[in-house]
Amino acid sequence: MALLDVARNALPLVGVDPAVLNDADVAHAVVLGHNVVSVHGVPGVEVALRRNGQLLEGSVTVAPGVEVARPIHLCFGLEGPRDVQEVRVDFQLGQGARARVTSCCAFPGARDARHLMHATLVLGTDAVLTYNEHHHHGMHGAMIVAPHASVRVGTGARFFSNFALLAGAAGKLEIDYDVAVGDDGLAELSARVVARQADEVTLKEAVRLVGVRSRGLIRSRVVVQDDAHAEVVGITEAAGRLARGHVDCREIVLGRARAGATPVVRVLHPEAKVTHEAAIGSVDRKELETLMARGLSPEQAIELVVSGILR
Amino acid sequence: MQRHDGAVMAEAFLHVRDLACVINGRHVLRGLDLDVREGEIHALIGANGSGKSTLAFILMGCDGYAATAGVTRFKGTDLAPLAIHERARLGMTLAWQQPAQFEGITVREYLGLRRSGVDPAWALAQVGLDPGRCLDRSVDRTLSGGERQRIELASVLAMKPDLAILDEPTAGIDLLSMAQILAIIRALRDGGGAVLLITHQEEVALAADRASVLDDGRIRHTGPPQDTVAHFLARGGEHGVA
Repeated sequence: MALLDVARNALPLVGVDPAVLNDADVAHAVVLGHNVVSVHGVPGVEVALRRNGQLLEGSVTVAPGVEVARPIHLCFGLEGPRDVQEVRVDFQLGQGARARVTSCCAFPGARDARHLMHATLVLGTDAVLTYNEHHHHGMHGAMIVAPHASVRVGTGARFFSNFALLAGAAGKLEIDYDVAVGDDGLAELSARVVARQADEVTLKEAVRLVGVRSRGLIRSRVVVQDDAHAEVVGITEAAGRLARGHVDCREIVLGRARAGATPVVRVLHPEAKVTHEAAIGSVDRKELETLMARGLSPEQAIELVVSGILR
Repeated sequence: MQRHDGAVMAEAFLHVRDLACVINGRHVLRGLDLDVREGEIHALIGANGSGKSTLAFILMGCDGYAATAGVTRFKGTDLAPLAIHERARLGMTLAWQQPAQFEGITVREYLGLRRSGVDPAWALAQVGLDPGRCLDRSVDRTLSGGERQRIELASVLAMKPDLAILDEPTAGIDLLSMAQILAIIRALRDGGGAVLLITHQEEVALAADRASVLDDGRIRHTGPPQDTVAHFLARGGEHGVA
């Protein structure tokens, strides 16, 4: 089977129509292992990716003032069950540019494999970027997945990140995002993760509100079940005058699983403010009893509550 | 059940006898007797701390609220061994005074939990909420207290229960809307179900067909609502025994 067909077959696993890869109006890059299968740009959007030894290096550049109508698709898959894939990508959005990125990571057959992502994102003045990353894993659970990102949000720019790993058992997941927000800028980081079997999940997200009136939100929803373990660290540092930050973490722990949350809040300016809330534990008893009082079994009630928080 | 004159009486729809409950060493219920008949609104009026909500939680089978003695039967079935969902499937339900919030679950889903054939949009309209604006909202903290309370009533209405236990259903509802809420409670009865209406407000109890006063873990009086409210007020009303 051609490598592009392998990618096409994997895309529906993360809810993406494979037809986008044939659409001339959709910028994309498709990678299998260390093979660059397909790269396509559109007017105002340059996508470049090349192999450099055991590393994939590339960039995605959106020209100033360009509003990209259709999401840029980045599709990552593996060639073999024990592949190691390491990627460095620089994203640049020029002044006033607007784009959405759909990053699809489909690793259904991975065993002892690695997917390491080092991304640098720079949003120019008033730029807007929505970055949606969807993962699909098989149930082998021995992979290492490490998406790391360093983000600079310029003056008046807005950055929205949505990470979802809801299907399969990843193995070891290490998310590490560090976002610096400039004057009047906004960063919203949302992560939804289900940790199964013996998964080890570390979710570290830092928002540094350095600009005047900068705003940040970290929202994490983690369900930990079986023998899995999750640690969530949400760091919000407010150094800018009138900066506002909020951390909202909820973890549901089922079975023998374990979970921890560490909200780190630092306020470095007297007119800045950061709030945080965290809830960790089993499904709320009152929520369960209310649903059971409408006739749902305990199992159905847990399933509904869990599906609700992961939406 | 046999009366002292030898005649046989049918057991009430909800039959509670000699119910006792001790929580953290405190005797919350002390030999409580209560009958709720099929197709009636039965108000249970009492001051704060009199044991009203405890009775509701025991009847529904909530965690941490087990009877230490006594009998509870619904439609002739002993409730004691049944879990909450088994009691619900038998036809009873409870609307909490402070309803739970559900992140990510829409009002439409919440009202459709029990496939009773009732249209969720209809149930919402009955409680005075605009289905077009509410059905796709989440049942979470973005709702006001009054909206959440109405949605709780709508969910009971949508379930078409044989017995609805409503714990302070008018809490958080403004006075102008009180008549609307009471009309919904009557609609539950008129649909063939019974309602155990727990309240500390006299004007709410007056909407019932019969009423009982609960004080210090016991039923002190049962009768027509007017008489019962008078009895309640004579005992100090919602502020307790004078």
